[in-house]
Amino acid sequence: MNTINRRLMLGGLGALGAAGVLAGCGSGSAGTPGAGPANGDGGAKGYDGPAVELDFWNGFTGGDGPFMRKLVDSFNAENPNIKVKMTVMQWADYYTKLPTAVSSGRGPAVAIMHVDSLATNAARNVIEPLDDVAKALDLKQDDFAEVVWKAGEFNGKRYGIPLDVHPLGFFYNKTLMTQAGLDPAKPPTNADEYMAALEALKGKGIQGHWATPFQFTGVLSVEALLWQFGGELFNDDSSKATWAEEPGVKALSWFTDLVKKGYSPKNVAQDADAIALQNGKNAFNWNGIWNINTLKEKKGLEWGVAPLPNIGGQKAAWAGSHQFCLPKLKTPDQNKSTAARVFVNYVSQKSLEWAKGGQVPARKQVRESGDFKALTDQAALATQIDDLHFPPPVPGIGDALAELNKAVNEAVLQKAEPAKALSDAAARADKILEANRKKYGA
Amino acid sequence: MRAHGRATPYLFLAPYLLLFLLFVIGPAVFGLWMSLHDWDFQLPGKPFVGLQNYKDLFDPLSATAEPFWHGMRATGIFTVASVPFLVAVPLGLAVLLNRKFPGRTFFRAVYFAPYVLGVAVIGLMFRYILDTTFGILNAFLGVFGISEIGWTTEQPWAFVALVAVTVWWTAGFNAIIYLAGLQDIPGEQYEAAELDGANAWQQFRHVTLPGLRPVTVFIVVITLLASANMFGQALLITQGGPGDTTTTALMVITDTGFSQFRMGQAAAMSYLLAICLAIVALVTFRLMKERES
Repeated sequence: MNTINRRLMLGGLGALGAAGVLAGCGSGSAGTPGAGPANGDGGAKGYDGPAVELDFWNGFTGGDGPFMRKLVDSFNAENPNIKVKMTVMQWADYYTKLPTAVSSGRGPAVAIMHVDSLATNAARNVIEPLDDVAKALDLKQDDFAEVVWKAGEFNGKRYGIPLDVHPLGFFYNKTLMTQAGLDPAKPPTNADEYMAALEALKGKGIQGHWATPFQFTGVLSVEALLWQFGGELFNDDSSKATWAEEPGVKALSWFTDLVKKGYSPKNVAQDADAIALQNGKNAFNWNGIWNINTLKEKKGLEWGVAPLPNIGGQKAAWAGSHQFCLPKLKTPDQNKSTAARVFVNYVSQKSLEWAKGGQVPARKQVRESGDFKALTDQAALATQIDDLHFPPPVPGIGDALAELNKAVNEAVLQKAEPAKALSDAAARADKILEANRKKYGA
Repeated sequence: MRAHGRATPYLFLAPYLLLFLLFVIGPAVFGLWMSLHDWDFQLPGKPFVGLQNYKDLFDPLSATAEPFWHGMRATGIFTVASVPFLVAVPLGLAVLLNRKFPGRTFFRAVYFAPYVLGVAVIGLMFRYILDTTFGILNAFLGVFGISEIGWTTEQPWAFVALVAVTVWWTAGFNAIIYLAGLQDIPGEQYEAAELDGANAWQQFRHVTLPGLRPVTVFIVVITLLASANMFGQALLITQGGPGDTTTTALMVITDTGFSQFRMGQAAAMSYLLAICLAIVALVTFRLMKERES
């Protein structure tokens, strides 16, 4: 179920959102960036004003929802003058609703956003900069992995306080590995070992790595491979897509060869790669960390999880990150703003509880604690923290990445050669990037 | 008294007129206004661009032209492929369900039942049924030695699947309308035809079909429009794939407007689509009318 929720999230990220209602389009602007109320201590000293009620929106519809609910409940119990009301909706709806709500003055005081949506929403005046929170909470780059920290910034201002990181990991079916004479305690870690393992599985009639043509998780795998081969998705100023260069072609070719060489069936449908791992048909699956809880629920399934094998020569993995953000309030309310910051601070420090929901905490201190290390599956994926990559913090970057999704889809389904699919997609993405620069004035 | 009498029709009309103006005419005019601007409701500047958004749709070098026309093509293919089935299958069903036989009400309910399901239910259900490897459909076909078909990942199968799902889902609605139409055909006409020695096929051809003509015109036009507005099935079952072959015009418009927040461009696309649909509907009306006279 989690996989499906993750997939639905993509709707908001740039593929196709659900049909929203064009509400609240009347009066437009919601102030200028940086016009939010000044908050001296950013919530570090708590809140002792009159009772306030805070709306808190997020898209935790899956197994992660109850964990966040618990955190909210304990916050409410400890802070009698702040009442946080959590509203959960599908990510796809969420990303269309939030801007309209903010523009009509009905936005929540606190919200969660994926790291690749921050820049877009910052540029569109949906969320406030919150450098003061970071400063007051004494959050520094050292507390986080560099990439996670940087990803919360746009135009030199901080817009997101990282809550977690959810990287791609290497899930494997131990039973199938044993059947093929492989050591389930030693999953392959590099290209040669990986190929040898796939060959051994093939010898036993097992298709070892199902290559899915969809974003979850085929495109994420191809992105990870591209970084492993030393490539980048975009050039330095994000004005051109560079995925059609050599590393990208190598990455996509390696991935589509899984199908051509018979390690993967053709025409793998949405989520079938993950289901096949659970059903004992697929041995290896590169999937998100959220898969941990799904697999745990499967009784009798012998599985393990490890960092992604290094296929291209450089360690790298795709990752997403949930970040706290503060939507703009149409009528600034000092009390609400302070209380919201107190809440963000509280949850950020409790991120161990959150990690149990199947995430890697963004805070170093939590990540290095013994309690987190006891969550062995999450901890195994957390070792990748310095090798993680996010899309660049550029407004509308998801619009361009949607073209990469199409290219991977066509290539994996063998409708186009990898190099051709990638360069066609890059040409379309360049047009979108150019239109975005005009739109967002970069 | 007279003054009051004159106001009566307008008073009756008022509630509907108000809603019509507020929710149909208002947004339509507002959309036209938007389509002439580079419109993002969250950005302070909404520069006037004149007809640029429309021109872009005819300029192959723009960012919007290619996705839009791909979407129009997918919409066209789906419409052409689905409308004949969505007209013929319900007609057959209605004729069968109009006969007197035990359990008739039960079967009427059975064929109408899928229509009440939401598109999300349909989408999820058929994702499982149509799955290449685990789906029950391929498992069933496997019994006859037919190898795995990528119902959601290969063409033309993706369109076949979408059309079949849509027919199964919505045939009941058109069948109900036909059924009502059938009950309006006077029984005497069938009696007369029978006396003249017409067999069942001849009765169907010369009594039923002409009797259903007004209903058929209505059904063809609303089905054309409904098919051209296909959205949920492709979004949920094929994700617009393989490639972007089943990404319909409406999906492109939604993506442009609500994911990329290019509302001006999306509004221009909507107007172009609306104009195309209006022409298609008018031509259909004209053709079917002429046959009548």
